[in-house]
Amino acid sequence: MSKEKPPYILLRHRDIPDLDNLEVYRQNGGFKAFEKVVTQMEPAAVTEVVKASGLRGRGGAGFPTGLKWSFIDNKSWPHYVVANADESEPGTFKDREIMEGNPYQFLEGVAICAYAVQANVAYIYLRGEFWNLAASLDQHIAALEAAGLLGENLFGSKYSLRLYTHLGAGAYICGEETALLESLEGKLGQPRLRPPFPPSYGLYGKPTIVNNVETLANVPLIIERGAEWYRSMGTEKSPGVKIFSLSGCVNKPGNYELPLGTTFRELIFEHGGGIPGGRNIKAIMAAGASSSLIVADERALDTPMDYESVPSVGAQLGSASVIVIDDSVSIPWLIDKTTHFFRHESCGKCTPCREGTFWMSHLTERIANGRARREDVELLYDVASQIRGKCLCALGEFSIEAVLSGIERFRSDFDVAVGEVQTAAHVEQVPASD
Amino acid sequence: MMAKMVSLTIDGKPVEVPEGTLVVNAAKKVGVDIPVFCYHPKMEPVGMCRMCLVEIGRPVIDRASGQPLREEDGSLKIQFGPKLETACTTPVSEGMVVLGATEKVKAGREDILEFLLTSHPLDCPICDKGGECPLQNLTMGFGPGESRYLYDDKKHLAKHVPLGELIYLDRERCIQCGRCVRFQELIADDPVIAFSQRGRSLEIVSYSEPGFDSYWSGNTTDICPVGALTTADFRFRARPWELKAAASICNHCPVGCNLTLNVRREAVSGGKWVLKRVMPRQNEAVNEIWICDKGRLGYHFGAQNAERLEKPLVRKNGELQPATWQEALELVTERFQSVGRGLITLASGRLSNEDLFNLGKLTRSLGGKSILYSSMAGGDLTTQIGFAPGTNFADMGKESAILVVGSDLEEEAPLWWLRVRQAAKRGATLIVLNARQTKLDRDAHYSLRFPFGTAAAAVLALVNTLSPKRPELPESIQELARSSELKAAAKAFAEAKDAAILFGGDGMGLAETQALAQACANLLLITDHFGRPNNGLLGVWPRANDQGAWELGWQPSMNLPADLAQAQALYIVAADPVSDDPAYLNAFDGQKFVVVQDLYLSQTARLADVVFPAQAWTEREGSYTSGERRVQRYYPALQPNAALPPRVESPGSRRAQVLTGLRAELDGPQADFAIPAFLAEKLGYEGFVHASASLVFARLAAEAPSFGGLSYQKLAEVHEQWPIVGRSDLYYGGTTYENTQGLGVQLPLAQGGASLLSWPQVADFKLPKLGGIAFPITRLYDRGATLMHSQLLHKRIGEPYIILSKQEASRLKISQGGFVRITFTDAERSVVVQAKVDEGLPERVVLAPRSFGLPISGPTPVELKPAG
Amino acid sequence: MLAEKYAQEIQTILAKYPPDQRRSAVMPLLYIAQRDKMYVNREDMAEIAEILGITPTEVASIVGFYSLYYEEQKGKYHIQVCTDLPCALRGAERFMQELCSRLNIRPGETTADGLITVEPVMCLAACDKAPMFQVQSGAGLSYHENQTVESALALIEQLRSDATRKRGRDSHV
Repeated sequence: MSKEKPPYILLRHRDIPDLDNLEVYRQNGGFKAFEKVVTQMEPAAVTEVVKASGLRGRGGAGFPTGLKWSFIDNKSWPHYVVANADESEPGTFKDREIMEGNPYQFLEGVAICAYAVQANVAYIYLRGEFWNLAASLDQHIAALEAAGLLGENLFGSKYSLRLYTHLGAGAYICGEETALLESLEGKLGQPRLRPPFPPSYGLYGKPTIVNNVETLANVPLIIERGAEWYRSMGTEKSPGVKIFSLSGCVNKPGNYELPLGTTFRELIFEHGGGIPGGRNIKAIMAAGASSSLIVADERALDTPMDYESVPSVGAQLGSASVIVIDDSVSIPWLIDKTTHFFRHESCGKCTPCREGTFWMSHLTERIANGRARREDVELLYDVASQIRGKCLCALGEFSIEAVLSGIERFRSDFDVAVGEVQTAAHVEQVPASD
Repeated sequence: MMAKMVSLTIDGKPVEVPEGTLVVNAAKKVGVDIPVFCYHPKMEPVGMCRMCLVEIGRPVIDRASGQPLREEDGSLKIQFGPKLETACTTPVSEGMVVLGATEKVKAGREDILEFLLTSHPLDCPICDKGGECPLQNLTMGFGPGESRYLYDDKKHLAKHVPLGELIYLDRERCIQCGRCVRFQELIADDPVIAFSQRGRSLEIVSYSEPGFDSYWSGNTTDICPVGALTTADFRFRARPWELKAAASICNHCPVGCNLTLNVRREAVSGGKWVLKRVMPRQNEAVNEIWICDKGRLGYHFGAQNAERLEKPLVRKNGELQPATWQEALELVTERFQSVGRGLITLASGRLSNEDLFNLGKLTRSLGGKSILYSSMAGGDLTTQIGFAPGTNFADMGKESAILVVGSDLEEEAPLWWLRVRQAAKRGATLIVLNARQTKLDRDAHYSLRFPFGTAAAAVLALVNTLSPKRPELPESIQELARSSELKAAAKAFAEAKDAAILFGGDGMGLAETQALAQACANLLLITDHFGRPNNGLLGVWPRANDQGAWELGWQPSMNLPADLAQAQALYIVAADPVSDDPAYLNAFDGQKFVVVQDLYLSQTARLADVVFPAQAWTEREGSYTSGERRVQRYYPALQPNAALPPRVESPGSRRAQVLTGLRAELDGPQADFAIPAFLAEKLGYEGFVHASASLVFARLAAEAPSFGGLSYQKLAEVHEQWPIVGRSDLYYGGTTYENTQGLGVQLPLAQGGASLLSWPQVADFKLPKLGGIAFPITRLYDRGATLMHSQLLHKRIGEPYIILSKQEASRLKISQGGFVRITFTDAERSVVVQAKVDEGLPERVVLAPRSFGLPISGPTPVELKPAG
Repeated sequence: MLAEKYAQEIQTILAKYPPDQRRSAVMPLLYIAQRDKMYVNREDMAEIAEILGITPTEVASIVGFYSLYYEEQKGKYHIQVCTDLPCALRGAERFMQELCSRLNIRPGETTADGLITVEPVMCLAACDKAPMFQVQSGAGLSYHENQTVESALALIEQLRSDATRKRGRDSHV
């Protein structure tokens, strides 16, 4: 039942060798789209095309990209574009591959977005760990400037554009767009109060579009081939392709570029080669550590992975970072991992997240290590519920997803962990997969 | 322009507030308290603590018609959101329904409080904030009954972290609301404390040298909603509920910040009342809810200590020896009577209106001369075109211009710096015109520099661009006069609807400030910026009541050493000229009769024939007139060391009774207004009152025209202020005190100011080719008598120093902090002091701070040599 | 003084941001400061503050918030093993424990020669190539993926000999 693999759209370097060479990229149509928008299109028309394509933000929130661009405040200048390359969600590693393998397509996407909102400066905010990647992007940017594809009076027009990389320094919260802007301004990476949103009040208080790397990498081909072409892929409400980062208990982890609407089953078993060691799949996290735990039953496996369908199994698609959990994994151990992550990454600005993640991680640690009372599971559930709906940004709100769904859907694992059920070897701390 | 009004209901109460008002403030207006920790009415909301969660419903609008939908009963159809919303970040909207007391809201608040308490040490019994703590109060109101948090999981953190020597941090108590950090950044413009780390490890740090290096640090302890930040001054010294509060006015500078003095009776002090701390008291027209650290921590001059004078002293056999009031008063009466016109009374603006009134009147009665002891002139102009009644920096914004000239405003009058900065942030055009860089430049739209010594000429240069009657400008100012920035600034000033000028004494003495004031007055006159609210001239005087002194006819002498030398008798009150400048020593030749009236045995008092012990402002009533011409009352907080003279009911018998009282009972320090009245009565003059400050004020109001119609009752009037502070809800505004004892009254302007003055004489000023010129500057923390009693501040005050240019330093081979010998050629005095180097200073310019023991009252020639 | 030693690089960094937004350069400048000794001291913070026109406290605040900056001296090389959920599902925790025990340290500690610090870190966006770690040193950051304890130890040996060679060279200067 293997289907003919269509050509890659985002991971084109897998089809075309040396695509990170500007010449090669240009030979394959690179920067034609940017030239076209600068020389032939009104900025607003570019936004219209992106709007028509139905492209939605690939960073996790799924907000319609063209709509976001159309919100740019034209009463306040200058405008900025910031590419969010802070990829830090556990289980997400797609942007890195794009920027390493197909950097020019991403950079062209940044440039087109900048033209669409008439920004003359765009920053690429990379997580600090992408040190080498930033250095290579700097070289690519230099190559573009040398080729006259960035700089002053592009293609003989009045339009000018400069791109700059900016490295973060180890803070997951900077993936949140307003925290990212604060960080880029040289401040603590703590989210801002919203509204106002970045398209009216962004970097340095100026109208700013913040888009994820993958989102922007879609743009050149949408311009080149048209909105209709893009809509021919994926589903009606979630058109296009998506890179699914597949990790965890799976034989072939990695990035898979597939149309939105592909089922979990196809991703995990067809592309990912199934579960190692002949174990059974137990749960799926569709959006990295921020996910609910989906009970991996038949219905769930047959659920299409798009923004509308995943909620039907009590989860969100988010960044489509699919972590596969097999039956060797104890859910208390798992949520101890996620709460520890959120406790470490909470910026501390709002009370429920700062205090709640700290408290949750104490409880999960105790539960995972068999030192907890039964009441501690109830308490953990209460604490997580207490965080819900009260946080300043999504970090705190998402920190509870795995906890609540874990307790609701895998209660027996907790009963085992707190000694309610006596079974042998119930917690294998480190599941085998190699 | 009036803002559009919006109607909504909060817990069923209808309220109408201007568009843009936040829900939390709208609720406050109708008496609904929504608890907050991070929100503060003086700062933009951040929505961090999540304590203010409420349910908010909004009318459902029909998309087609744009009209609100209605229920069957005709009421508006209201839709509530799925989540609770933060009242501190949500602006009101028409028809909004806010529910602040539902089960859902209560549960939400309980949740947040429980979270906060998981990290909190709950050490209320030993906490300085206990009793006035928002967290404590809200926990009582909304907190969970018991803790579900395991004590073992508590994070234990350092409890005595000095952020500097003035402010301590208890890391366990901190709830990371960020009020302190935001205050320092947004209001104080000193971001010297910040959050470090993140998540639950978020902590306040200071990396400045010295730690928490700001004149505003104490305010963070007021707005801290827990006991995390405390002043070293009050820490572990008393519990808030043991304290009594007395309304007072700060007397360190001309702003006149409203204070509350907290006192307690202590067994360790022999059952006496002791001043425990100074707190701000709200006056939105003066200091809002803030005070500077000098006001908060520099009160010990007015406290009671062993060095205070208790009894009159009379020189016998060459020595000052204790005497009775009777003896001292009689001696002084006799000598003053014999010198008559040979008497000079020298008094400073440290005194109250009542003191200066009685002193002036006594001196006039004797035929003597009153001199204001001040380094600044120009008050004759501020009485005429000063700030008119109704002037309030808070009302200055987009349509206003403010010119600050010759002033390092934060050092000279900190609260004015704060308020001018706020006005600039609201959109007022701020022009800063100085010889050197100051902190206010950061907020200025126009930062202009004049060469040292040419302040008045610089203002004339502004006049020159506007006026058809062009004053002549000296050569040294021509470059500035031609600059387009100056022209733009002049234009902005002239075209502003309202404009005010603040002039100070930076680098200047009496003659220079007189010329500057005159130039400023001309600028106001030709641009028609006087005689109405939010316009006029403000003198940044060296002392609290200098403006009051000018209003009462006191003036400084342009040649004080000569005047003093020629006098036959001196009556020196609240002034210590000998400490300030040994040049005055010549006046004390042993030939003339010298009376000094003060709190302490100053250098000048040591040379006196009679010394009268005076009461501190903390021990008595009185009133000051601020630079903004606001007359404000202060009240006694401490009991003077001895009983007051008996109160007299019947005016007819007053004199006799007082004299009887004098003989029998007068003891200990007396009020500065009372002592001249005692003398007057001994001299047989009518119309003097000493029994109480309010009676003196009544006389003053009857006799001094600009005070006409005022009374202590009027000064004590209050009206509701916004934000509402100091009630049961300390979490809202902080521990600043509500003003219940008087907002004061601004004086009407004196007649006759509205015609163009003559141009001031501005001779060309050139720096010498050799040697240097020292210019006096003002430092907030100086070594003056009124501050040195506050030991806590000694580290910040530091040792005497001067500031040199880079060229001078390299010529002398001195590096930052090295020692230099400076000779004041006119005073024939030479001292060794530390040198600081300022790369921005021109060659030949030396800056010498006032009240650091250096003999400098105006620009003066100096010679510099390396020390040793 | 950083301003002299890295004048050109600092100018390049400052040029990225609008002239009135120099503060944006604080993170890149901290990386420069950290390059020499793998931590940022108070003098560096004060100097960066001066370059940017902010207070040393504001610089220190950044150092404290972001986990890639260090305020105290640790090992010359930081071996930072991702032990987050996806990596842990592929044996990252066991990998780190074993690596540490082979180096005679506990996670977070530094080897006796002061060269190698092994510490767990949060997700590094290489979940499909676990066990993996990054090496943070004065030279920057490098990723090492699909690791075994043996391959990691070989790399550590390489780092140690680099350090010794470098020290030898420095001592000749």
